[in-house]
Amino acid sequence: MNDGAATIERPARTAPAPSGAPVLHVHELRKRYGELEVVRGLSFDIRRGECFALLGPNGAGKTTTLRCCLGLIDPDGGAIELVGEPVPRAAREARIRVGVVPQMDNLDPDFTVRENLLIYGGYFRIRRSVLDERIPRLLEFAGLAGKAQTSIRTLSGGMKRRLTLARALINDPELLILDEPTTGLDPQARHLIWDGLRQLLKQGKTILLTTHFMDEAERLATRLAVIDHGTMIACDTPQALLETHVEPEVVEVYGEDARAWATARGRALSNRLEIAGETAFCYATDAAPLLADLATHAGVRYLHRPANLEDLFIKLTGRELRD
Amino acid sequence: MTTASILRLPQLSGRFVPVWRRNLLVWRKLAIASVLGNIADPLLYMLALGYGLGSLVGEVGGMSYVAFIGTGMVCQSAMFTSSFEGMYSAFSRMHVQRTWEAIINAPIALDDVVFAEWIWCGTKAVMSTTAILLVIQALGFGHTWLALLILPLGFLVGLCFGALGLVMNALAPGYDFFTYFFTLVITPMLLFSGVYFPVDQMPAWLAAVAGGLPLKHAIDIARPLMLGRIPSNVIVHVAVLLAYSFAAYYVAVMLTRRRLLK
Repeated sequence: MNDGAATIERPARTAPAPSGAPVLHVHELRKRYGELEVVRGLSFDIRRGECFALLGPNGAGKTTTLRCCLGLIDPDGGAIELVGEPVPRAAREARIRVGVVPQMDNLDPDFTVRENLLIYGGYFRIRRSVLDERIPRLLEFAGLAGKAQTSIRTLSGGMKRRLTLARALINDPELLILDEPTTGLDPQARHLIWDGLRQLLKQGKTILLTTHFMDEAERLATRLAVIDHGTMIACDTPQALLETHVEPEVVEVYGEDARAWATARGRALSNRLEIAGETAFCYATDAAPLLADLATHAGVRYLHRPANLEDLFIKLTGRELRD
Repeated sequence: MTTASILRLPQLSGRFVPVWRRNLLVWRKLAIASVLGNIADPLLYMLALGYGLGSLVGEVGGMSYVAFIGTGMVCQSAMFTSSFEGMYSAFSRMHVQRTWEAIINAPIALDDVVFAEWIWCGTKAVMSTTAILLVIQALGFGHTWLALLILPLGFLVGLCFGALGLVMNALAPGYDFFTYFFTLVITPMLLFSGVYFPVDQMPAWLAAVAGGLPLKHAIDIARPLMLGRIPSNVIVHVAVLLAYSFAAYYVAVMLTRRRLLK
């Protein structure tokens, strides 16, 4: 992706929401499917220029929350204001100024790369002259400058994602919503997407993304919310969340003897200890005593590292599998 | 979605136009194959049955059998084209390619999408109607201005069967599901609506059943038009077709909302 390529002027007909007002305001959102309440009183605000990540295990209510915010499903309770418009009542007006990258690719396979952007721009009623001027820059931003006439069917997964991102920018949105933007991509392709998103943030765009990749949240999010079972567990900057919820140092101990060592020695030397399979996770304010003890045990391997969002996530949402 | 928001009358806006246009642009890429497909099948039927069987039966209902069956073919092809579009093509766009999902993330509502698909079914029906009408005229029949009214009739037939197709689409777990529609709706429609022989040749009770079939009403309009006559009971025939069209369309909208907006 190329620097600055996606600097796009705002279309004349859309007035930006007053600065200071949140780009997205969600208050006490509730949504139930039959007996199951999947979103249970969720509240958060997204401010202009920030990258806000919704983190949660599968089934936590992330996608349902996004669909409510876009006005695609009616919530059972609460209030939503998207780019200053009440949703779902004025969802259509709101969506004029929002870009969406869905979880699953839905580019139009019957069209070329360029046609995909042209047709999508038509859904926003953007004038052809504006599109003709905007599309080359978006293609350059997406690293697809030479692929304008290429059929969608021949693109790689990473290219498709980048084109989907470019498509979401066709209306120069005030808020970009991405639902698990890099799920299913290889590491190279993920890094390209992250570079693109960072560029957009640098240009002052506001981003809301859902993910269950901690490294993604760590790299991009200025603020993140951990949600589970439809409620907010924690919401702050990544740094503040780590400081509040997790001990700063982690020692991971592996191997057959790890469990025995953890019960005999590790537990007493850690602030908190978790055992998963053959690995013991020792969380500590000061790891020095742990490391000194481990040095005398030849039978175990270990890794000493600072705490990260994954530790936070596991602590807040538990280790059990979600399907 | 709440029950009330599923039952709500369709909310329409001019935003359906770009969705309709998208389908037109895709069609344009495959136009030649599509038009050939529209013409080839009915043409073969017309030649084989029209001249083959026609030499045995002579005139039917005051017209040569080729023209008789040709007029039936016009209506049949409007039915086929729109049913196919409402089922297989719509299902590809809705379920397989997730095109509808992409569209409703733009400022276009699902109601606009379904409306656009419905109008598109009618549009495709007009295209195939036009093609076959030209073939019939090339064979020397239907040289009357009134025959042009068969084009809007084709649109109406397209709306009727397109809407029924969209109902099936909203219910379909996969492509195989559409076979039911062909067996239970299309085939009886073909055999008992007077495409190949006049309905009054059948026993009274069967003819009465045929009176409930929308394709029969379309054919009752088309045949006189082809002969340059104003059809009798036009209002009844049109009313039946409109009733089927709007009822099925409304059901399709409700079922599609239930399927996608959850």
